[in-house]
Amino acid sequence: MDKLNTDFVIGPLIKLNDIEVRVGQKTLVTGISLSVDNGEVVSIIGPNGAGKTTLIKTLLGLIQPTNGEVTRRNGVKIGYMPQYLPIDRNMPLTARRFLDLAGRLGAAARSRVLEETGIPDIGDSSIHEISRGEWQRLLLARALLKEPDLLVLDEPVQAVDVSGQAELYRLIDDVKNRYECGVVMVSHDLHLVMSTTDRVVCINTHLCCEGHPAAVSQDPRYVALFGTGISETLALYRHAHDHEHHINGSINNQNAS
Amino acid sequence: MDDFLLRALAAGIGVAAVTGPLGSFVIWRRMAYFGDTLAHSALLGVSLGLFLGINLTIGVFICCIVVATLLVGLQNRVQLSSDAILGILSHGTLGLGLVAVSFLDDIRVDLMALLFGDILAVNATDLLLIYAPGAFIILLMVVMWRALVSATVHEDLARAEGVPVEKINILLTLCIALTVATAMKIVGILLVAALLIIPASTARAFSQTPEQMAVCASVIGGISVTGGLTLSLNFDTPPGPSIVTCTLLLFAISAATRSLRS
Repeated sequence: MDKLNTDFVIGPLIKLNDIEVRVGQKTLVTGISLSVDNGEVVSIIGPNGAGKTTLIKTLLGLIQPTNGEVTRRNGVKIGYMPQYLPIDRNMPLTARRFLDLAGRLGAAARSRVLEETGIPDIGDSSIHEISRGEWQRLLLARALLKEPDLLVLDEPVQAVDVSGQAELYRLIDDVKNRYECGVVMVSHDLHLVMSTTDRVVCINTHLCCEGHPAAVSQDPRYVALFGTGISETLALYRHAHDHEHHINGSINNQNAS
Repeated sequence: MDDFLLRALAAGIGVAAVTGPLGSFVIWRRMAYFGDTLAHSALLGVSLGLFLGINLTIGVFICCIVVATLLVGLQNRVQLSSDAILGILSHGTLGLGLVAVSFLDDIRVDLMALLFGDILAVNATDLLLIYAPGAFIILLMVVMWRALVSATVHEDLARAEGVPVEKINILLTLCIALTVATAMKIVGILLVAALLIIPASTARAFSQTPEQMAVCASVIGGISVTGGLTLSLNFDTPPGPSIVTCTLLLFAISAATRSLRS
């Protein structure tokens, strides 16, 4: 397909069809199909070792699936925010230089993403001296540099305190509306993820269940995997979120300006 | 100043210029043991060269390449950390090298010369052997700088952004192997390994960006070479070890200043 056609292509940004990844004798994920549309937030949840990160890496093309195929919409730009990984302290690096590593995109793009992620003043700070919340925002900022059509976030709020988590999810929602992009995120903190997401995909090596958050939290297969206690807290949290949403009035996709 | 001293100075500074940025990567990637491993495997390269009757530098280079390739290959295939793999290769090749040397009845390998080299005996050809590959490596690093740093900071992120991480890793390893092989004969194993690790470690304290650290490491290496040769000239100490002593002194001063400040 040539470049001119890309604007007219409709359909999912990315589509995974019956993916299987095996390493040696071990099956990491199997039989998983998944697609993400424009403006859609898809959350992948599952217990530790369920193959969430494997699935994300397959989606990014970092891992070749043993079976199945990954189809990207032509010309789709992907912004990737990896799982938290401490950077070696021997590497002297400022926030600004960390963003530069993504490519020569200029000072304007750098200021833009720092502004958008709420950390406009940390450009000259060493990445070893910023807080965990700021680091997660900086990673998100790097993912936004190339104005992505699809954001892929691997545990974006990992080890950030609870109020920081809520803020980060709100930020991701803002970003999604601003860029009108699709979002795939991996999480195992179920409480908050449900409230910001359009579709939940619950995996445990295989696809466990999938659908609207409310439906998934009632799904017996989901309850079997995470227990009833969690789904009750979730219901409670959803209620709390709806309230907040009512005040802000800017969370919902259709209402976004 | 005598000519031999000028050549020694030029040789040392040439090596330090390359080992500054290369050594920074060695530090960032936690491969400090890599220099030692290549040094140990160099003995195997020397005996290989004597066996086959080829140029010793070429023998050492081939051996370094083989060890470097083994390292990259094992890192991708074996569930062991890099330092464990380096330990296996380091001691393994040293053992093999010593066994190989024992087969060479009529040739005596001067281990001291191998360890410390003879920087005061550097001639014009030696200088060319340092500067030609050195300039090539520095040019390569300047061109590939962003990809090199990106792959060092975060492999998956770099890969997702289109950096050919595996190729970059091999490239860097080959550059280190080439530097060790060419500079070893002239300035000795100890000096090359020390110039890789100590100036870069010292430079960390003064640097806010990777570029600063790389340049700073080269400058500190150059100062150490100058200081070491001066020491050697005035007190008749062996030049190679004097240079290493100078790098250590600078490191101690920087560490002390830092701990006094904080």
